[in-house]
Amino acid sequence: MLLRDLRLAFRQGMDAFMAVTFFVIAGALFPLGVGPEPGALARIAGGVIWVNALLAVLLSLDRLFQQDFEDGALDLLVLSPVPLEIAVIAKTAAHWLTTGLPLIAASPLLAVLLNLPASGYPVLLAAMALGTPSLSLIGAIGAALSLGARRGGVLMSLLVLPLYIPVLIFGVAAVDAATMGLSARPHLMFLGAILATALPLAPLAAAAALRQAVE
Amino acid sequence: MHRFANPSRFLRAANAVLPWCAGLTVLLLAAGLYFALLGSPPDYQQGETVRIMYIHVPSAWMALFVYGCMAAASASALIWRHPLADLIAKSAAPIGAGFTLICLLTGSLWGKPMWGAWWVWDARLTSVLVLFFLYLGYIALVNAFDDPVRGYRAAGILALVGVVNLPIIKFSVDWWNTLHQPASVMRLDGPAIHPAMLWPLLLMAGGFMLFFVTVLILRVRGEIAAAKVRNLQLSLARG
Repeated sequence: MLLRDLRLAFRQGMDAFMAVTFFVIAGALFPLGVGPEPGALARIAGGVIWVNALLAVLLSLDRLFQQDFEDGALDLLVLSPVPLEIAVIAKTAAHWLTTGLPLIAASPLLAVLLNLPASGYPVLLAAMALGTPSLSLIGAIGAALSLGARRGGVLMSLLVLPLYIPVLIFGVAAVDAATMGLSARPHLMFLGAILATALPLAPLAAAAALRQAVE
Repeated sequence: MHRFANPSRFLRAANAVLPWCAGLTVLLLAAGLYFALLGSPPDYQQGETVRIMYIHVPSAWMALFVYGCMAAASASALIWRHPLADLIAKSAAPIGAGFTLICLLTGSLWGKPMWGAWWVWDARLTSVLVLFFLYLGYIALVNAFDDPVRGYRAAGILALVGVVNLPIIKFSVDWWNTLHQPASVMRLDGPAIHPAMLWPLLLMAGGFMLFFVTVLILRVRGEIAAAKVRNLQLSLARG
C-alpha cells in the first residue's frame, strides 16, 4: 500500500515537487514584500517558514484520497480485509514521505533566504520533523471529510487550518526560543505530544470519514 | 432518549415545553439585566466596565456547553443512527457560533479599557477563536453535500474531532501564563466572587441557557418541517 502510493507519487513526479516549489517561492516573496532588511527578516523567518509549510501541506492534501475516491480504489480499500485504519496510516505515511520530507529538506534553503540566525537551524529541522507528520495526519481527516463535497478545496482549508494552529504555535515558538538563546525543549515536547495524540486518533477519525464517504 | 427519536413524539413534547421556556427566558433575562446593569455594585478596580462580565461570561459558558451538546448529539447520531440527533446537532451549531461571537466581541470591548488592546494573542483567546472556526467549519461541512445524510455524518466526525479543543479552552488559563484571569466561579473551594455579583451572573446564565433551549426547539422544528417538505418533493418528483 505504502509502496504503491509512493510509486504513484513518483510516476506523477511533478505533483509532489510542486508543493516544495510553492513552499520556496512563497517564502521568497516575503523579502520582496517586507523589504530585504536582514534584521526584520530574521525576526519573522521562523513564522514565515512554518506558515508556508502549513499552506504547502494544505495544497497537497487533495492528493491523499481524491484520486482513489474518483477511480473507485477507495471502495475496494474499504472492502478489503486490511483494516481501513492501517490503510489510512500507510497512505498518510506516503503523503508525508512525498510532501513533509521534501519540505524539511527545503527548509534550510528558505532559512538562508530569510536570514534565520544559525542557532535556529537544528531546532527548525527538529521542529519540522516532529510537526509535519502531525500536519499530514490531521490533514488526512480533513481530506477524508471533504471527499465529494461541493467546493471541496476551500472547505478543506476551512476544516484543517484551525486544527493546524497548535502545531504552528509550538513550531514557531521552538524556533524563536532557539534564536533568542532559550531552551526549545518544552516546545519540541509539545510538538511530540501533538504527534503522539494525532498518530492513533487521526487514522480512526479519517477511516470513519472514508467509510461514510463511500457508503 | 430513544423514545424521542420519533419526530412526532418529540414535536409533541417540544411544543408543550416551548412556551414555558420562552416565558422563563424573558423573565430571567429581564431580571438578570436589571440586576446586572442597575442592581449590582460596580467593581472596586474596574468600575462600571465590570458589567460587561454579565454578558461575556454566560456567553462563554454557553459557547462551550453548546459545543458539548453538539458533539454529544453527533456521537449519538453516529453510534445509534439516532435520526433526531443529527437535526439537533445541525440546529445547535449556528446558535453556538453566535454565543462564541458574542463572547469574543464583548471580550474585545472589555479588553480595550482593561488591557489597553482589543485583542491579545494569549492562549484563552486563541483557543476560543479556534472554537469559533470549528463552528464555522461544521456549518460549512454540514451544508456542503447534496445528500444531507452525508453532510450529517461528515460534520459529526468533525464535531467529535473538535472536542479536543474544549479542555484546552477550559484549562488554558491554568496551563499558560495568560492575561485572561483564571476561573473565579467554578472552583473547588467555592466561587471567589461576591454574592452581589454572583447572583446576577447566574440569572443571566440561566436566561442564556433557556434562550438556547427555546431557539434550539424552534430550529429543530424548522428542520423537521424542511425534511418533510424534501420528502414530499421527492415523492412528487417520482410520481
